[in-house]
Amino acid sequence: MKPRLVLTFCLGLALIPMEALSQASPIGDATTGAEVYRRECASCHQIGEGAVHRIGPHLNRIFDRGAGSHSDFRYSDALLRQGRDGLKWDLRRLDAYIENPRALVSGTRMSYRGLKDAQRRADLIAYLRVYSDQPQNIPEASPTAVIREVDLPESVLAIEGDVEYGEFLSSECTTCHQRTGSDAGIPGIVGWPEEDFVVAMHAYKQKLRPHAVMQSVAARLDDEEIAALAAYFHALARE
Amino acid sequence: MKLNRRRFLGTATLATAALSAPAVLGQTRPRVVVIGGGSGGGTVARYIAKDSNGAVDVTLIEPTRRYYTCYFSNLYLGGFWDYDALGHGYGTIARTGVNVIHDWAVGVDRDVKTVALASGDSVSYDRLVVAPGIDFVEGSVPGWNVSQQSLMPHAYKSGTQVQLLKHQIETMREGGLFVMVAPPNPYRCPPGPGERVSMVAHMLTQSNPTAKILIVDPKENYSKQALFEEGWERHYPGMVTRIGPDMGGDDFEVRPESMEVVIDGEVEQADVCNVIPAQKAGRIAELAGLTNDSGWAPVMPADMRSRVDENVFVLGDASAQGDMPKSGFSANSQAKVVANVIRGELTGSRIFPARYSNTCWSLIATDDGVKVGANYEPTDEKIASVSSFISQTGEDADLRRQTYEESIGWYNGIVADIFG
Repeated sequence: MKPRLVLTFCLGLALIPMEALSQASPIGDATTGAEVYRRECASCHQIGEGAVHRIGPHLNRIFDRGAGSHSDFRYSDALLRQGRDGLKWDLRRLDAYIENPRALVSGTRMSYRGLKDAQRRADLIAYLRVYSDQPQNIPEASPTAVIREVDLPESVLAIEGDVEYGEFLSSECTTCHQRTGSDAGIPGIVGWPEEDFVVAMHAYKQKLRPHAVMQSVAARLDDEEIAALAAYFHALARE
Repeated sequence: MKLNRRRFLGTATLATAALSAPAVLGQTRPRVVVIGGGSGGGTVARYIAKDSNGAVDVTLIEPTRRYYTCYFSNLYLGGFWDYDALGHGYGTIARTGVNVIHDWAVGVDRDVKTVALASGDSVSYDRLVVAPGIDFVEGSVPGWNVSQQSLMPHAYKSGTQVQLLKHQIETMREGGLFVMVAPPNPYRCPPGPGERVSMVAHMLTQSNPTAKILIVDPKENYSKQALFEEGWERHYPGMVTRIGPDMGGDDFEVRPESMEVVIDGEVEQADVCNVIPAQKAGRIAELAGLTNDSGWAPVMPADMRSRVDENVFVLGDASAQGDMPKSGFSANSQAKVVANVIRGELTGSRIFPARYSNTCWSLIATDDGVKVGANYEPTDEKIASVSSFISQTGEDADLRRQTYEESIGWYNGIVADIFG
């Protein structure tokens, strides 16, 4: 129980349990890694107390977990196959996957171009390890444990989308994003949790995400329209 | 009813659905006829059939059984895309409930609302969508007419013409000259000629590196010019020369029999010559009396409705609508607006305000993709561009590779949206 004692000192000072940080230090700098995580991963993955599956699975206890091993998450066939073949997320494999997901698992549904910078990867993995090493030490009810990409008023998140309007608006999306949920070249957006969809579109609208086409699309969508699209695509089941 | 034999496609799924929605016009099922099964026509037919769940009788008239997209045909020229992957059939559109008739529309009687087919049949409509794409303006390239397209291919409607052009480039003599006669505005796919030059240069750099490319262009400037010129300088230094109007690029003549191109009075001997003539709306739009002196069919910005007939809509390249480029993406975008409006008028479903958008990707060299795009809104006068973006010169290789991969995703997306 010793770690818990240490933890009470740290609460309120940092988001990350400090004793876990020091243990993780040989890989990289977990504090810097937290920032890398926020930029690169947080729009799809949750980590920390209360983390659940969103667009991607939650990342608690990722170290040494078998690939595709959450039974309640819908993985690509490719990742499930790799998991059956024995792929485990050890340091080396995680590093390779984050560097270029499709190089390690061609056919993965993770629409991420990869992180080239080895130091930033090391920092990120150090941060992930914080939540794998001693997950029982993650502070409970920490309001910042689950990071949201953009700050949106609760009123915006609470808008109930007009699915029929969303269907009409979606025709602009489906020129590129396939209704089947396929993600070859362009990410699949079918079946996303509504909040994630709303947050992502507002991130484009506020130009926090860099993609020119998506910034342009999001620029003329108002809050109601974003909610309508989120409701429609959430309701549209993956084929 | 002469069409019974052709109606076998898609009828089974409609039998029950037809009973569920009331027909506003008081007949069994309101009828929509779509002329042209490309990006505009294919999309509007499929969306009306899909979204009305059989409440609207949709007929698509398209002469070919397999549609070859113009977009990505340049990538086939450059060796980045298979010819077969450009082709798409009408099976899924038919299974959505569309009556697909493979025939030519040869006339439209707008008073009695019928379309005449080459076979002698006719089809009646409550709403007509005309989406025939482009035809060439006769005499716009002095010395060239369409009967000489095997000597000097246009390769601007995809299909076998592009195969022919590729074959001619592949068998060109060592150190030979490829000439492109570029079209005046407005024409289909504004960055198309620049992308084509890039793809030809890519192919020649590998197989015939001493060959040269000459562009004869009557326009002052063209789409993505700075991006293409930067790319040609980087990837194909010294290979490409462009003669614009300042150097006589607007004063030319071709001689297909002798493979000569006369520019500003000077004769160039070409080994391969790609003639892209001036363009106008596909002929049926003119036969239907929908075009004006410009050769294009003017439409209302709010819903692509013909300015001369409220029961007729014109989509895609054939329409004169304002600022949207003539592209497959634009046609697909316009088609969704039209599908929503027609379905609303015929079945009472909700009609939403139009939203138009377009993005055009082009490939300059291996993994070097660029894009340009915009959003559009209807004004009283035209469809107007409200915001736009374009790739920048000097972008890093990683971003260009991503843009290329994105273009492949877009291609797969749009053909799945229409045909998949």
